[in-house]
Amino acid sequence: MDIIIVGSGRVGRTIADHMNNEGHSITVIDEDAHALEKLSDTQNIMTIEGNGATLGTLREANVSTCDLLIAVTATDELNLYTCLIAKNAGVKRTIARVRNPLYTKDLPFVKDDLKLSLAINPELLCSRELTRMLKFPGVEGMASFARGHIDMIKIKVEEKSPLTNKKVVQSSHMLKDGVRFCFVERDGECYIPNGDFVIEAGDLISFIAPSKAAAKLLKSLGIVSNRGRSVLLLGGSKIAFYLAKDLSDAGISVKIIDNNKERCLELSESLDDVLIINGDAMDQDLLLSEGIEHVDAIVTLMNTDEENLVSSLYAKQVNPKAKVITEIGNLKISSVFENLPLDTMFNPKRIAGEHIMKYVRAMHNSRDSEFETVHPIADGKAEALEFRVRKDNLVTGISLSGLDLKEGLQIACINRQGKMIIPKGSDTIEVGDSVIVITKHKGLTDLEDILR
Amino acid sequence: MNIRLISYILGWVLVIEGLCMQLSTIVGLIYGESSFIYFLIIGIISAILGATLVIKKPKNPTMHLKDGFASTTLSWIVLSLVGALPLYFSKSIPSFIDAFFETVSGFTTTGATILTDIEALDKCMLFWRSFSHFLGGMGVVVFLLAIIPKLGGNQSINLMKAESTGPAVGKSMPKLRTYAALLYSIYIGLALIEFILLLLGGMNVFDALTTAFSTAGTGGFSTYNASMGHFDSYYLQTVVAVFMMLFGVNFYVYILILTGKIKQILKLEELWVYLGMVVASTVAISVNLLSYYDTFKEAIHQSFFYVTSIQSSTGYAIADTNPWPEFSEALILILTCVGASAGSTGGGFKVSRIIILLKEIKKEFLLIIHPRNIYTVKSEGKKVTHEVARNVSVYLSLYILIIIVTTILISFNGFDFTTNFTSVLATINNTGPGFSMVGSAGNYSEFSVFSKIVFCFNMLAGRLELYPLALILIPSAWKKN
Repeated sequence: MDIIIVGSGRVGRTIADHMNNEGHSITVIDEDAHALEKLSDTQNIMTIEGNGATLGTLREANVSTCDLLIAVTATDELNLYTCLIAKNAGVKRTIARVRNPLYTKDLPFVKDDLKLSLAINPELLCSRELTRMLKFPGVEGMASFARGHIDMIKIKVEEKSPLTNKKVVQSSHMLKDGVRFCFVERDGECYIPNGDFVIEAGDLISFIAPSKAAAKLLKSLGIVSNRGRSVLLLGGSKIAFYLAKDLSDAGISVKIIDNNKERCLELSESLDDVLIINGDAMDQDLLLSEGIEHVDAIVTLMNTDEENLVSSLYAKQVNPKAKVITEIGNLKISSVFENLPLDTMFNPKRIAGEHIMKYVRAMHNSRDSEFETVHPIADGKAEALEFRVRKDNLVTGISLSGLDLKEGLQIACINRQGKMIIPKGSDTIEVGDSVIVITKHKGLTDLEDILR
Repeated sequence: MNIRLISYILGWVLVIEGLCMQLSTIVGLIYGESSFIYFLIIGIISAILGATLVIKKPKNPTMHLKDGFASTTLSWIVLSLVGALPLYFSKSIPSFIDAFFETVSGFTTTGATILTDIEALDKCMLFWRSFSHFLGGMGVVVFLLAIIPKLGGNQSINLMKAESTGPAVGKSMPKLRTYAALLYSIYIGLALIEFILLLLGGMNVFDALTTAFSTAGTGGFSTYNASMGHFDSYYLQTVVAVFMMLFGVNFYVYILILTGKIKQILKLEELWVYLGMVVASTVAISVNLLSYYDTFKEAIHQSFFYVTSIQSSTGYAIADTNPWPEFSEALILILTCVGASAGSTGGGFKVSRIIILLKEIKKEFLLIIHPRNIYTVKSEGKKVTHEVARNVSVYLSLYILIIIVTTILISFNGFDFTTNFTSVLATINNTGPGFSMVGSAGNYSEFSVFSKIVFCFNMLAGRLELYPLALILIPSAWKKN
């Protein structure tokens, strides 16, 4: 597909990077020649220097024959305006980044008039993910499939866990039907386990289960699903705002520490029932007097990765029982952090990028209408794909044991008329099913691609 | 001060008062009372005098806040002085200071009376007393704003600020004149509904009208010695109780109802605190009164009536509350001080101020526990600015200061402390009845002339919410520069 990206900030670069690797033709528009140069030096893409909201620049990028325009400049208004201009100039679809909470709330009201295909709010997406993590402490990640009927849940296996040192087939049997262990991360390596695979303490395992059963399942795995009752947010960023709102609405007591007094005032005006402290989140005395030792969870949301890392390490040191979530913005050196004694890290740009990627891939494949969603696993080393089977093809009607599947690929579950089937060798894929496939192969776009 | 502009507004007040007196003239003529002549003559003189002041418009229509405060305060004083004249000249109330007290009590919707035998007065005099509640309830200046185009120029909101109740006076419409007219329409509309409901309950037209006037302004003057106790009907007393409660609600609520924004009403903090207080106090007092009344129904009825009467600052009574138990009395005194909602016709400290103060207290304690805490005090979901918060704190100080000083001044009479203290509270909160001598069955006739002047000050200070009245006593406010 031909894609124009307006704005070469971090999100813009991340998306350009990903989509370029997937084989799309990317044009990036920005007013900053220096940033563009850096981008075109490292990526096989076209760059245009200019204002992306002007017709002249957009025509230069051949907007009328483009499939998609993504506006991710620093300002919401500019993004919306750019999308409107581009749409009128003939681009097929538009995506705008809108971050102002007040605008985000009202967007559904004008989305059609603006002819916007998708509006994304990276901070809001992040906070949603964080809220989920905090509501289920012990859960490392969650994604939903089959329109929310099926969840993929990632947990860390503890020493005491009933899963430790057991074969997958035993564990599946113990947890009864309806659970499929589909992915294991161990020491930076990824495995798609078969029945004989032995789970060890320290593994990060992803499993698929019906959404309704998820909470009960987590409990039986010894992961306490009663929520963290108190959460401390270090840094009062936009993510902190959304997160504090979501958490306090869920009845969790939230405290935010931020150094900027103006920002604190803004937060205190728009957040009820949240305690706002104006102070240095790197100040030990302040952290101790605000009870960092006693909270159930700590999320670091400050400006730099360094601050977040240091304060997270400190939090883990004084309060080892708490769940510590660390924001890491700089992707390139994330491998350095992996051996630190930290629970969870997240990258807001990556979350936003993934969201857009999901949309783009779905859109790209909408011609065949088989592909529904994609969820990356283990920092993109593998993917969970959902396909909807609309017509007979090479895989339908044949028992799974008879299919010659690719290496490193698993058919994790078949969802037939709202009922989740954990497939055995004798099962078949039928028209009307939706199928979740776990794969280390990238770029699968059709169900038939699972065949060797 | 813009003296010319102030006198222009005073002129209009005189014209309006002169015209309103003609309503009493009509009542006098209907009942064949000779005393109608006082209303006719004084009214005409007042109107002519006022007309000479309003014939020429002031060259400089700029209305600063201090001009707004001064003209409103002076309007109220002139209004009361002129309003007292028919009572005085007709010898209905032979002492001028008594007549003045009675009229101030009427316009400020206090409802405290010096009359020992109310029923002895002519109907036109009784009508004038009750009508003064009606004019004073929503405010005469607001009335002027509604009927006179371009009064006060673009700064006319400064006139409204002095007369409307509550810590932050605003308007929910671009044009103040339409807003003032809307307020008056709601006011008259509600009073009309009450009037009709009272007629349906068997009251005669005169009683229904005076009762509706008195309830609407949350005044409390009755045309009978036994106050509302004269009407031995659960229906009538309950209608009055419900309407007292309704007139103590912020009129913004009715605007929201009229414009169909019902959802917003659910979020109005002050409304629910006010109604919550009414319900909680009613329940508490009725339980406390169980030993005093025969049936629970009677206790609830008595309790509900007096709670709404006191919290809305009306002051109607259906029984002598002096013998009530101590707990009930204490609760009633607290309701006297809290009063009604901001933006209502009721008096008192106002629920919204209490809410803001309580949140300020919370903020202060949060700061002790978390010294670097940032907390925004909000009222009705909106940030309370530093200015409003300060204004409310100073208001509390001024309120307490006036109560202390005037309690001392009233003590010279040599009456018991309950009388002195509750009479001060009942006047500054525009409620009317206190306890002991000034209880629901008592009156203010025994006090000295000096005390009555102090009470008049209190009533005006309470109705205009302290600042405007205090301002005209400060000499530097009158300096040109």
